[in-house]
Amino acid sequence: MTNDIVIDVRDYNLYYGDFHALLDVNLSIKKKSVTAIIGPSGCGKSTLLRGLNRMNDLIDQVRVTGEIFIEGKPIYAEKRDLVELRKKVGMVFQRPNPFPLSVYENVAFGLRLHSHLSKEEVAQKVEESLKAVALWKELKDKLKAPALRLSGEQQQRLCIARLAAMSADIFLMDEPCSALDPVATQHIEELIRVLKEDYTIVIVTHNMAQAARVSDETAYFYLGKLIEMGPTDQIFTRPARKETEDYITGRFG
Amino acid sequence: MESARKPWNRALEFLIERAIFFAGIISIFFVILIFVFLLKEGVSLLKTYPLKDFIFGQKWYPISEPPSFGVVPLLLGSLAVTMGAIVIAVPLGMGAAIYIAVVAPGWLKEILKATVEFLAAIPSIVLGFIGLVTLVPLVKQVFHLTTGLTAISGSIMLAFMAMPTIVSMMEDALTAVPRSYREGAIAMGATKWQMIWRVLLPAASSGMLAAIMLGIGRVIGETMAVLMITGNAARIPTSLFQPVRTMTATIAAEMGEAVQGSDHYFALFAIGIVLFIITFLINLAAGFFIGRAHHK
Ligand SMILES: Nc1ncnc2c1ncn2[C@@H]1O[C@H](COP(=O)(O)OP(=O)(O)OP(=O)(O)O)[C@@H](O)[C@H]1O
Ligand SMILES: [Mg+2]
Repeated sequence: MTNDIVIDVRDYNLYYGDFHALLDVNLSIKKKSVTAIIGPSGCGKSTLLRGLNRMNDLIDQVRVTGEIFIEGKPIYAEKRDLVELRKKVGMVFQRPNPFPLSVYENVAFGLRLHSHLSKEEVAQKVEESLKAVALWKELKDKLKAPALRLSGEQQQRLCIARLAAMSADIFLMDEPCSALDPVATQHIEELIRVLKEDYTIVIVTHNMAQAARVSDETAYFYLGKLIEMGPTDQIFTRPARKETEDYITGRFG
Repeated sequence: MESARKPWNRALEFLIERAIFFAGIISIFFVILIFVFLLKEGVSLLKTYPLKDFIFGQKWYPISEPPSFGVVPLLLGSLAVTMGAIVIAVPLGMGAAIYIAVVAPGWLKEILKATVEFLAAIPSIVLGFIGLVTLVPLVKQVFHLTTGLTAISGSIMLAFMAMPTIVSMMEDALTAVPRSYREGAIAMGATKWQMIWRVLLPAASSGMLAAIMLGIGRVIGETMAVLMITGNAARIPTSLFQPVRTMTATIAAEMGEAVQGSDHYFALFAIGIVLFIITFLINLAAGFFIGRAHHK
């Protein structure tokens, strides 16, 4: 195992009560890469993603076996600091969910939680982060405006900016474009390609073309099992498994 | 078959529409009627008694000769008891609402909600009675007073009465905050309390203010309990540990003995107008906050 593996999932099983949602999942994700997770509805994509920063802990009756290593450290280990984990592993949701605060306070949110920076340092971080998601030009005069007034695309960018501001370096994105129009979707995809320079991104998508366009690696899940994972061009041109091919070419079911 | 029933449906719809319209008109009509009556009777006081002396008068001596009908001590009495009640009920109610809305596990949540509703179902006279025999002696003892019939006793009692309104409305406001905000904050490493403080409360603030307003409205109009336990001394209060008399208690206590058509009788209606205006403004404020909450 080389150093550039940042996420390493080992024999991971997750149960919602009696329901076995993820079965013996093993996969590893390289640093500064984009990994697409695809598969039919209900196959466990969101469940896996939410496992990576332990958001599933919020749901009653969730049970987990196996382990996930983030930068080599086990996240299910006893005494693991969840605050530190979630600071590092940020999440972008399907519907943009900026807080009902100003643009500025949204970006500064993580800093206010986790750091004691001076006013100037916070302002500096906010600016950097908005620049990183290409929002600074549009919004630099609207920092006090309520974030909920922004367009869907701007809101989604803002949600990424607030993760960048608290120095998260892994972004989990659960269908981040499904509430956006095609143009906005294209813009977010471009942003993902830029962010890849600095961040590790795991994206769940139902859009095969999107997976093909943005990702370096693709993982195909079916009924809670990882069927196949590999370089995206390989998965899309010559998958090793027939199920994968059927799904990708739309001959599924 | 379908078409044969259509005329019937239409007639029925017409009737229902009219009935609803009529019900609406009737209720508006009665409100206006009550208001006009209140105004007419109250304003009659001014024929013999100057408005200035009513509004700024510091003495309420309705049966001395000549009588004074100064509303100030009663107004301050009401304010003292109400403010006291709110100061007690808001933090408690807020704590309870937050606990029920986001902290308590499912089963406990239902029990607590039912308990709060049960509290709302206790008639105020019963609460007043219980207060009289339990709370009043306790207040006397704890604060070393000559009597426990004080503003603070009324405040504590009324805090209990305002609690159901405050808790259930605040709980609604908190529950109405989209789950995605809460998840977003937790996913960023916020602890539960940070999430509550930085996201949930700001997001629910309008609804919570409305809850406080309606709580005040509930308290300021309350009569029987305050009549029983605040001591009924129409003096300007200087602390919460004195007997006071509220506007509502004054009307309730004196309406029976005031001769119909006398100045005293009209003065009680004038108090009614003051009370009406205050409650109206409070409801207006509550409406404003509710409107803002829905707007967000
Ligand atoms: N909170 C929960 N309690 C019980 N079962 C759940 C819960 N969340 C998800 N599941 C079940 O786990 C399975 C995987 O769900 P998950 O949301 O991960 O699927 P998904 O691949 O993200 O689907 P979609 O593409 O529709 O988003 C589904 O069968 C779902 O019904
Ligand atoms: Mg999903």
